[in-house]
Amino acid sequence: MTTKQRINLHVNGKAYERDVEPRLTLADFLRHELHLGGTHVGCEHGICGVCTVLIDGRSARSCLTLAVQVDGAQVTTVEGLRNRQTGQLHPIQQAFVDAHGLQCGFCTPGFLMTTLELLGENPDPSTEEIKEALGGNLCRCTGYESILASVRLAAERMRAGG
Amino acid sequence: MKSQLEFRANSAHLLLTLTDSEFTMKPAPFDYLTPQTLGEAVALLERFDNEGEDAKIIAGGQSLMPMLAMRIARPKVLIDLRRIAGLDYIREEAGVIAIGAMASKRSAEESDLIRNSQPLFHAATSLVGHRQIRNRGSVGGSFAHSDPASEYPAVALVLDMQMKAVGPGGERLIPADEFFVTYMTTSLEASEILTEVRMPVLPAGTGWAIQEFARRNGDLALAGVALSLRIEGGVCRQVRMAAFGVNPTAVRLPAGEAALEGQAPDAAAFARAAAAAAAALEEPMSCIHAPGEYRRHLVKTLAERCLVEAAGRAR
Repeated sequence: MTTKQRINLHVNGKAYERDVEPRLTLADFLRHELHLGGTHVGCEHGICGVCTVLIDGRSARSCLTLAVQVDGAQVTTVEGLRNRQTGQLHPIQQAFVDAHGLQCGFCTPGFLMTTLELLGENPDPSTEEIKEALGGNLCRCTGYESILASVRLAAERMRAGG
Repeated sequence: MKSQLEFRANSAHLLLTLTDSEFTMKPAPFDYLTPQTLGEAVALLERFDNEGEDAKIIAGGQSLMPMLAMRIARPKVLIDLRRIAGLDYIREEAGVIAIGAMASKRSAEESDLIRNSQPLFHAATSLVGHRQIRNRGSVGGSFAHSDPASEYPAVALVLDMQMKAVGPGGERLIPADEFFVTYMTTSLEASEILTEVRMPVLPAGTGWAIQEFARRNGDLALAGVALSLRIEGGVCRQVRMAAFGVNPTAVRLPAGEAALEGQAPDAAAFARAAAAAAAALEEPMSCIHAPGEYRRHLVKTLAERCLVEAAGRAR
């Protein structure tokens, strides 16, 4: 057994301090230590994208990141999307609901977080740009067309101030 | 009956194993160190090497983490370079672009200097993995990892890049054709750390291209080609071609280069050069997705397309 290491980080704006084993992935840290189960794990070796979170504002695979590596970082997970005051869904979440961007829903947290980064950087992406940005997220229900429609709808609503 | 009982006992044991907290840990245990200076990091590598302990450098971790998760790699110690300041620069030094090993691929992708002054390296960067991978993956990591299907080693051969390594004896520059040795093996010594990669600014008018074929966008390529050329006095000059994903490391394609040197840049010449390059490949790798001869075919097709694209860019 290796020595545990203390880490301090913010997840969805809240400060946490924990002692973790170095080999604990960020995905498992979020799920098993912080009990934030919204971040799903699929392949656990960087292929499927369901575990995508934002680290300091940029999308990352939390299965390819060790918890000790995000000491001092700001992490955003799918639990951080909903408006904390009003409880309202984020416009991206609402658009996925309205445009049927999910079927079984397993891959959805990863798609939402990747979309959050994309629309933050490019409020009006073309379909090609959306495809390129979402290329690292797999949907085994293969509902990709509805996902593209959801992202376009989210972009439209967010540009309109939604 | 006895066997059923045994089966139940085994199942119970399996359940106990799975509910154990260890279940959430995919990688084998390791210690994790975060040196503050390069000197400290090199000293750590030297110490573990002397003690016969397997210590690994981690940068972005985007290639190492899957290997840890699958326990292909089981290092005793990970040495993370993230607390060492000043290793993530991208700058021009008298006609040479120098990229600190810890610069992320995303920062290389967003760099105007790289986009404008070394478009081949820029295009190669955009082909690496997906956005999530490029956000965290370091430039240096891909060179040190030296995956046969990686884009950077081929570009390094085309551009005559140099790798800067720091070890106990100080600093040295390693030319690309001496850096990549074989599958995931470089000429870095056990106590050396790659700190910088260096490449010339692309001379104005040089044509370039990089193309690859992967089963899905963003996957590791089954095969790819990178090249550059100049067109002077109506003929092709300084043709430099390399393939990746085909042999244990990226390889230059000298037969293709020789076939095109001095020839007029037309479709027939490109087809001949691409065919010559592919025909001269030694034992292309085979796997369930792509037999060697298929990879050879890919190199021919991709080389031809690259030559057309590069010639279109040459002035």
